[in-house]
Amino acid sequence: MAGTKADIIAQLQKDILPLQGFKTPLNNTVLDAVPGSIKNAFPNASFPLGAVHEFMYSGAEDAAATAGFVAALLASLMRSGGASIWISSSRLIFPPALKSFDLAPDKIIFIDLKKEKEIPWAMEEALKCDGLSAVIGEMQELSFTASRRLQLAVEQSQVTGFILRHHSLNLNTSACLARWKITSLPSELSGDTPGVGFPRWNVELLKVRNGKPGTWQIEFAAGRLRQITKIPAIALEVQKRTG
Amino acid sequence: MPKRFVTIWFRNLTTDWFIRRRPLLSETPFILASPDHGRMVVTAANALARTQGIDTGMVVADARAIIPSLEVFDDKPGLSAKLLKGLAEWCIRYTPAVAIDPPDGLILDVTGCAHLWGSEKEYLTGILKRLKHFGYEVHAAMADTIGTSSAVARYAQDSLIVESGRQTAALLSLPSAALRLEPETVERLEKLGLRQVSNFISMPRAALRRRFGRHFLKRLDEALGNEEEVIHPVHPVAPYQERLPCLEPIVTATGIEIALQRLLDTLCHRLQQEEKGLRTALFKGYRMDGKIEKIEIGTNRPSHNTLHIFKLFENKLGAIEPALGIELFTLEASKVEDASPVQEKLWENKGGLDDIALSELLDRLAGKVGANCIHRYVPDEHYWPERSFKLAVDLDEKLQTTWKADRPRPLQMLSRPEPIEVTAPIPDYPPMLFRYKGKLHKIIKADGPERIEQEWWLQQGQHRDYYRAEDEEGHRYWLFRSGHYDASKSYKWFLHGFFA
Repeated sequence: MAGTKADIIAQLQKDILPLQGFKTPLNNTVLDAVPGSIKNAFPNASFPLGAVHEFMYSGAEDAAATAGFVAALLASLMRSGGASIWISSSRLIFPPALKSFDLAPDKIIFIDLKKEKEIPWAMEEALKCDGLSAVIGEMQELSFTASRRLQLAVEQSQVTGFILRHHSLNLNTSACLARWKITSLPSELSGDTPGVGFPRWNVELLKVRNGKPGTWQIEFAAGRLRQITKIPAIALEVQKRTG
Repeated sequence: MPKRFVTIWFRNLTTDWFIRRRPLLSETPFILASPDHGRMVVTAANALARTQGIDTGMVVADARAIIPSLEVFDDKPGLSAKLLKGLAEWCIRYTPAVAIDPPDGLILDVTGCAHLWGSEKEYLTGILKRLKHFGYEVHAAMADTIGTSSAVARYAQDSLIVESGRQTAALLSLPSAALRLEPETVERLEKLGLRQVSNFISMPRAALRRRFGRHFLKRLDEALGNEEEVIHPVHPVAPYQERLPCLEPIVTATGIEIALQRLLDTLCHRLQQEEKGLRTALFKGYRMDGKIEKIEIGTNRPSHNTLHIFKLFENKLGAIEPALGIELFTLEASKVEDASPVQEKLWENKGGLDDIALSELLDRLAGKVGANCIHRYVPDEHYWPERSFKLAVDLDEKLQTTWKADRPRPLQMLSRPEPIEVTAPIPDYPPMLFRYKGKLHKIIKADGPERIEQEWWLQQGQHRDYYRAEDEEGHRYWLFRSGHYDASKSYKWFLHGFFA
């Protein structure tokens, strides 16, 4: 009896999702490389496309880590040869470096605005354009109303939006589907090989609509994301003590 | 207002041109000749040669018999057409509508132009004087119809200006050939003794048509002004321009929008018919008080999409101040390019940079925030990091070289390297500690150095030794030492970027 009840609830939840504007095509390839864990946090166990994702960070180092994770996601979105738009008012992205994330930097159009205020407008216009693979917007503050406008735009056009919010002072609610926080982790090379290894990040899914938040350790190597099973917390401690 | 036409007849178009190029020729009789059925036939003779009985159509050998010292030049095919085109373009200073009347004439539609030179007489003598100054023998006449002006210019001795409505009087004394008839018709008229226009002009039309055909009557009517004759100007007037005069001055924003929409509809329809698209467009409003309000838009790709162009203008419509009202709107496509509809079909919903929706989006953004905000980068053949990429000219620019990913490059790079304090153990070893913005970072792992030399042909200065360093918190940095490691400490350390 209990089983059937759970089934009914699951079915109902599935029916509600499209009503909430969740139109993600099932079985998309984004985050496929990562063993199920991150994808399972989302409804239908698939990375939501046609939605707005929000990334919070502070500091230039975390900005780079966040940009790295977004670039890795972008690579699988743009694999079909699409173009995307990167909107910012204080851009530090170094276009040639995007190549190492399997992206074609010439397929990304950078919009460098002078005023921070114009970014939400530009982002909304870009998200309405259904010929794009993704739109990335760097901004500090995003009001609830503005985030709802963006959400409505993507529901129409099915473009995926990434908002990179730096040094945000108030963590207000937003209509974005997910809120992430990416921080860097020390890299590791096998054995005693000296040098810097592949980038590693601590990926935190702080909020997700209809899903389960969680934390993962991810390494980006050879053009794909990979979950690190061994938690290097102890190693980190040892390293700190011994220098 | 009656139409006015000027016909300019160049008596010796090609020979005058030869004299212009070689002034000495004006003293000697010469002819131009071209081969015809295995013999050389005179195609043009200068005035001196003509006075001695040489005319076009003669065989060169016969002409030589008349004047043994005759000079003969090869006639270039298409020379007269080329000369006439040049002269027609030169004549645009007198009127916007100039047509070529082959083989040796120009027709100018001068309706409403002559008063700008004072009077019709001054206007006409002005044209003649300038052309004579060039060295051409010209005859010109002004009349209400093309037929009359061309007849008077070629056959009349004087009366250069035929007053409005007096075509019949001017034609009466002219030979029948003046009416631009076919040679056979002229011959038949001669045989019948109808040598002058006055001989047959009062005859019943039915009789004339029966004997000389419909074309004869048409020419007569055109000369008299009973039938309209159109010319094909060499330069069409302001190619892609639309005008919308308003009955009453427009002051409201809605009114201006309607005006713009109407102009766009007609212009875009025309562009679509001709498979063209506009790249820049200028919308002007002529105000009651004499000021001209204008807004301009540009597009990334040629477009004739009314909706899209209207949207571009819509952002800027606020800049138009109607004040007392706008009485005339014009829309001009100053830059027009080919837009093949076949290509458009392929682009639709394809994604990528060719997507029409993307270029329309960029047009909208450029309209609001300025085109200089939109950047696209392509790789450049330089190792110096700041120069390893360059701005693409447009969306279609192809990559000249490939993006390089063989060396580590930071995802985020500072636009200008920031100085840091560093503790480094021995030369060419990565630093152990560095202080950036007051915070001390202890370096655990590092790669390097990667030496990048200055490109001395572009810029002088010190080389850089780059290190990729990771601190104890897992943050990854791109540091470099500028210059050699030496005792005098002329080197400096900088932070240049952040790795993901």
